[in-house]
Amino acid sequence: MSTTTTVPEPALAEATLRAALSTRARPSRASARAASVTFAWRALLKIKHVPLQLFDVTMFPISFVLLFTYLLGGALAGSPRAYLQDLLPGILVLTVTMITVYTGVELNTDIDKGVFDRFRSLPFWRPAVLVGMLLADTVRYTIASLLVIAVGLALGYRPHGGPVGVVLAVALLLAFSFCMSWIWTAVGLKMQKPQSVMQVSMAVLSPLTFASNVFVDPDTMPGWVQAFVRANPISHLTTAARGLMAGEVDAGAIGWSALWSALVLAVFAPLTMRFYARER
Amino acid sequence: MDGQLAIETQGLVKVFGETRAVDGIDLAVPGGTVYSVLGPNGAGKTTTIRMLATLIRPTEGTARVLGHDIVTEADAVRSTVGLTGQFASVDDELTGAENLVLLGRLLGFGWAAARDRADELLAAFGLAEAAGRLVKEYSGGMRRRLDIASSIVVTPELLFLDEPTTGLDPRSRNQVWEIVRVLVGAGTTVLLTTQYLEEADQLADRVAIVDHGKVIAEGTPAQLKASVGAGTLHVRVHEPSQRAAAERILADVLEVPVTPAADPVALSAYGPDPEAVARALGELTRAGVAIVELSLGQPSLDEVFLQLTGHPAEAPEAPNPPDGAGGANGEEGAVA
Repeated sequence: MSTTTTVPEPALAEATLRAALSTRARPSRASARAASVTFAWRALLKIKHVPLQLFDVTMFPISFVLLFTYLLGGALAGSPRAYLQDLLPGILVLTVTMITVYTGVELNTDIDKGVFDRFRSLPFWRPAVLVGMLLADTVRYTIASLLVIAVGLALGYRPHGGPVGVVLAVALLLAFSFCMSWIWTAVGLKMQKPQSVMQVSMAVLSPLTFASNVFVDPDTMPGWVQAFVRANPISHLTTAARGLMAGEVDAGAIGWSALWSALVLAVFAPLTMRFYARER
Repeated sequence: MDGQLAIETQGLVKVFGETRAVDGIDLAVPGGTVYSVLGPNGAGKTTTIRMLATLIRPTEGTARVLGHDIVTEADAVRSTVGLTGQFASVDDELTGAENLVLLGRLLGFGWAAARDRADELLAAFGLAEAAGRLVKEYSGGMRRRLDIASSIVVTPELLFLDEPTTGLDPRSRNQVWEIVRVLVGAGTTVLLTTQYLEEADQLADRVAIVDHGKVIAEGTPAQLKASVGAGTLHVRVHEPSQRAAAERILADVLEVPVTPAADPVALSAYGPDPEAVARALGELTRAGVAIVELSLGQPSLDEVFLQLTGHPAEAPEAPNPPDGAGGANGEEGAVA
């Protein structure tokens, strides 16, 4: 055989085969929790087998922090270090929201490869595929968050809100990202190819992340841009994260972030499930 | 299960846009048997299976699988059937063992029980040594066996196998056939689609031949073969100069058209009576024509199609054998 493998294919032992096929044990239906945890396990195994997929999760935030701090920091805030105090929570938000896109891309890849047909032919709680995937993604988001914060600390960022403030900010961000991922799962189910999922997601995310208060104070922007920036959920989330990390809690911004998260979840989770149940 | 119908469809139709991929299929599959749906690419085989496995809904018509309606009782169908898709739907980026543990968990096993079942299946399917390797490193045959193992983590009452041997080398193909036989011996009903008449002949109790979304013939393999005749006789003479004589003798004795092949020593005759072939061989010997090779093959799917529909089966896409080997072809010579 002209294959890449060298392991010889053993003849099948009929008795073993017969024994394995005669088992009629039928366990009771998997619980929703068990199925979701299983899918999370599957996603984490992939990270284990292909650690390279963490590359974008790590390189993206590091290069962003360095780029903006040293390139723009002096011009925008007098010194890179002063700028970093404002920028870092924003970069944290930007990084993690950008990574949410991969949820949709992965889902689409699964469908593309046909793995999904098998899952859909099994009798388990249907949302488990997505819930498990999103659970595993929070691991990815956490890694990215830790990295951004670590780089920030090394460059001189000092969160006056202390560890509690930082943890709360990250928790808020993870909750927001979990909700936001449902947008991309819906897109992932609708698109034909993983590349198109990427393109659509970036087309939506780029204006949201850049037309926000992540990089600069919107006060100097024209009125109509300001209106957009101030309504932008990314701005609310950034303000909320800044507040929590700086020890100056902005309850309004936290409330807006929570509201946006709930709204996105309420719209896109059912939509995703509808697309999921529908045939392709 | 035996005697009862495992699958019963009435006027099953599936329309994709303008295309009627399945155009009124009626099937009656007895429980405990192997039933083969035979047809070329694009005949509607996969679409039919996808409907029966509840992956897509029929546009028209009804179907009951193991007594459950495929639309209104989809979950009941899902809990009793297994599915092996045409493009082995296993997860490339996991190991063989992880694939099976994953499915075991989704079917309701605890972690330990899922691992035990995975080990048992890996051993039974000759994959124990490859258990810890990523599936993307598997050969085509190993992949297909894992795919079938994945669909029987809980032994199903009914297994759908969509072109299980397309693209496999003969050895892997035989292993898949062996698995199917053992599975049926253990009481599972198998619905199998294939492009190869030989495969249907080897495995199936009954065969439905489909073309353009319709069943154009149905019966046991023997009935179908009888209805299309004996297939094609291939003869090779020793010297190109003797071919004309051989052609004349064959045409006289067999009373069917004889066509010279591109090869200057080869001839073929379509659909001769096997007894006439024996007589023709005698005549050729008496006339001093030296025969190098003479074989009477089963009719190929093409010939069956030509006979039943008057048009040849659309050329199947060249399968991509991951093993590089040629795969199964319908025409397998039985030397007369």
